[in-house]
Amino acid sequence: MKYIDEFRDGEVARGIARRIGEEARPGRSYNLMEFCGGHTHAISRYGIKDLLPGNVNMIHGPGCPVCVLPIGRIDNAIELAAGNKAIVCTYADTMRVPASGGLSLMKAKARGADIRMIYSAADALRIAQENPAREVVFFAIGFETTTPPTAIVIRQARALGLENFTVFCNHVLTPSAITHILESPEVRELGTVPLDGFIGPAHVSTVIGSQPYEYFAEEYQRPVVIAGFEPLDVMQAILMLVRQLNEGRAEVENEFTRAVTREGNEKAKSLVAEVFELRKSFEWRGLGEVPYSALRIKDAYAGFDAERRFGITYRSVPDNKACECGAILRGVKKPTDCKVFGTVCTPENPIGSCMVSSEGACAAHYTYGRFKDVPVKVA
Amino acid sequence: MCLAIPARVLELLPNDEGLIDVGGVRKRISLELVTGVVPGDYVIVHVGYALQRLDPDEAARTLALFAEAGAAGDGASTAVA
Amino acid sequence: MSPVKKDYIRPVDFKHGRVDMTHGGGGRAMAQLIEELFAASFDNEWLAQGNDGAVMHMPPGRMVVATDSHVVSPLFFPGGDIGCLSVHGTLNDVAMNGATPLYLAASFILEEGFPLADLKRIVESMAAAAREAGVPVVTGDTKVVEQGKGDGVFITTTGFGVVPPDVEISGNRARPGDAILVSGSIGDHGVAIMSLRENLSFETTIESDTAALHGLVAAMLEAVPTIRCLRDPTRGGLGTTLNEFARQSNVGMLIREAAIPVKPQVNAACEFLGLDPLYVANEGKLIAICPREDAGRLLDVMRAHPRGADAAIIGEVVEDPHRFVQMETAFGGRRVVDWLTGEQLPRIC
Repeated sequence: MKYIDEFRDGEVARGIARRIGEEARPGRSYNLMEFCGGHTHAISRYGIKDLLPGNVNMIHGPGCPVCVLPIGRIDNAIELAAGNKAIVCTYADTMRVPASGGLSLMKAKARGADIRMIYSAADALRIAQENPAREVVFFAIGFETTTPPTAIVIRQARALGLENFTVFCNHVLTPSAITHILESPEVRELGTVPLDGFIGPAHVSTVIGSQPYEYFAEEYQRPVVIAGFEPLDVMQAILMLVRQLNEGRAEVENEFTRAVTREGNEKAKSLVAEVFELRKSFEWRGLGEVPYSALRIKDAYAGFDAERRFGITYRSVPDNKACECGAILRGVKKPTDCKVFGTVCTPENPIGSCMVSSEGACAAHYTYGRFKDVPVKVA
Repeated sequence: MCLAIPARVLELLPNDEGLIDVGGVRKRISLELVTGVVPGDYVIVHVGYALQRLDPDEAARTLALFAEAGAAGDGASTAVA
Repeated sequence: MSPVKKDYIRPVDFKHGRVDMTHGGGGRAMAQLIEELFAASFDNEWLAQGNDGAVMHMPPGRMVVATDSHVVSPLFFPGGDIGCLSVHGTLNDVAMNGATPLYLAASFILEEGFPLADLKRIVESMAAAAREAGVPVVTGDTKVVEQGKGDGVFITTTGFGVVPPDVEISGNRARPGDAILVSGSIGDHGVAIMSLRENLSFETTIESDTAALHGLVAAMLEAVPTIRCLRDPTRGGLGTTLNEFARQSNVGMLIREAAIPVKPQVNAACEFLGLDPLYVANEGKLIAICPREDAGRLLDVMRAHPRGADAAIIGEVVEDPHRFVQMETAFGGRRVVDWLTGEQLPRIC
């Protein structure tokens, strides 16, 4: 597959790994946070850690929109489907997230709720057109990558005059999350979590451009390198971060030049701005309330807002006391530091957000990297 | 997050849609978020929508950077903005 | 096709007719359906007798029995249908024990309203698959459930075979040092099915790989009687089957991603949907574990057979009290291939 296979070449990877090894200075550590869940997944799936020197540490950030979706919002989605109120359309990723009362969207579906798994926002619109007598709610999640398609279907719904289609909006924003992490006491004051640089998300950046990250680099004096989705992209970005840190620079660099420009996708951005506006605050699972970090539907499109049509009230539900997701999402702890990791909390029975999606730090480690926790003799 | 994949545009279809191809698998997707895309172009596709056109020159440049980084060199840094 | 002997007013309308409750009622309508469709298509001496069971001769040896229910949806897919799938699946389960399949039984649960034209197509497909395999469907059953209580048709097949005395195939026989082989490309069936799912529809030329493997198994066992384990990686795919072997045999495994055959379109479809080909279902492939010194010969024999043309050695069994299945990625790092968590779902993230 073009533009995929070439970026997964193992030979080239070893070459870049060699350079990282040469340029990473012994005696100092390089603590790099990759924010995007896709990067977390790539690092685990391709075993990139195996190729890095011991003093380059990858910290997994909260870049998984499924993982940071609070329990209370899933409860809301389940309530919408309950009692036949509405057909709830959702991306497959959210189906297994555990909510209150031992339920999940998948379990609610098994009990008869009309919950439908879709691949694209356009499918939700189509379902609404095919079922004019039923209310159809699109459970919209995702970062800036996934938001423009939601904006498009809302506008299309208006153009079609659809009266039975609404969106339950849970879109969240990347820069706010990064700020929140950098503002956390462990990072800012206590210095207990060394966070030297960031690998910027790939596809979010194709939409928002590289410009929004210039603020962090400046304000917090940390380098950011936007990396493409493939393992070679990630390795090259790590090399670029190591170089910046060695040279004492704190700039925004773009490794993903084939798809990211400074401005991003202007058309997508303006469509989003037409339909959505910032919420003052939004709860992120594991992080608490994060200011100006999420979107809601503007008044002009109120007719398509599920929260308004169904009078949804949000009730915050705390995570299990044993769950260390909050600390793990901020990079303060590792999955193996959590008491319930791999014992009570597994991908089959996830307790917290980090285990729920295949890119959560805990799920990725459990699925791909767990064997490294124990010495294994290979014949 | 944001599972997105580079795909080749095979043909433009009405209503701002396009037929794309990835490794022989074809799908109809929306081109509403991109402009000036023509058959033969590559786009990044996410949840059924093309998000951005992929720049083949930049892709080639990036691959060359990888190779250069990998080659035994003088350790000189190459900043890419 | 046997002529209609009984005194039926008119033959079954296979063009426009639909299954109704009388077809499962045990009366004349059911008898006619059995005679004109099942017995006619499967066409063998046992069904011709019209009894409620079949008396068979079993050659000497240990008997193997295997059973499978088939609920695949959609019923018709590129490369096959629920009919031939149900024949192949059970024949393969019998064969994976090292046994020669001899007889099949088939029971049908039909939904009221199901088009008889589709039923005929399915039964004829089963009959063709059984004929090609040389294994008759000797007995069966038909029930009808009310509309809405079935998915068109569910089929359960049971297969009987005999294992020669010197053959010992079992999932708990893998030993450190053994070679792991696969008979061809993985993920074809699952991708073919998924391409038809509403909301995911994509165009692909990938067809299901559904096929009977007992001929391949017989050739393999003849050349390499020391084969330790055989299994077809159906639901859960290659990854799940390897984990099953590892657990049963109390060993670990190390496989190489670059050695696993995957068709480019299967790879592409999995990329699209965020799936891992390692966990996608196969219906015409097998995994074999044999002593290292016999691997080369086994590979040659498999490749010489039409059902094993793309066979490959993909790794080896290792000592590991934790029973991990590890994989050297094409990229050069190493990762665990764990048990599948629930059902693999496409993802956006």
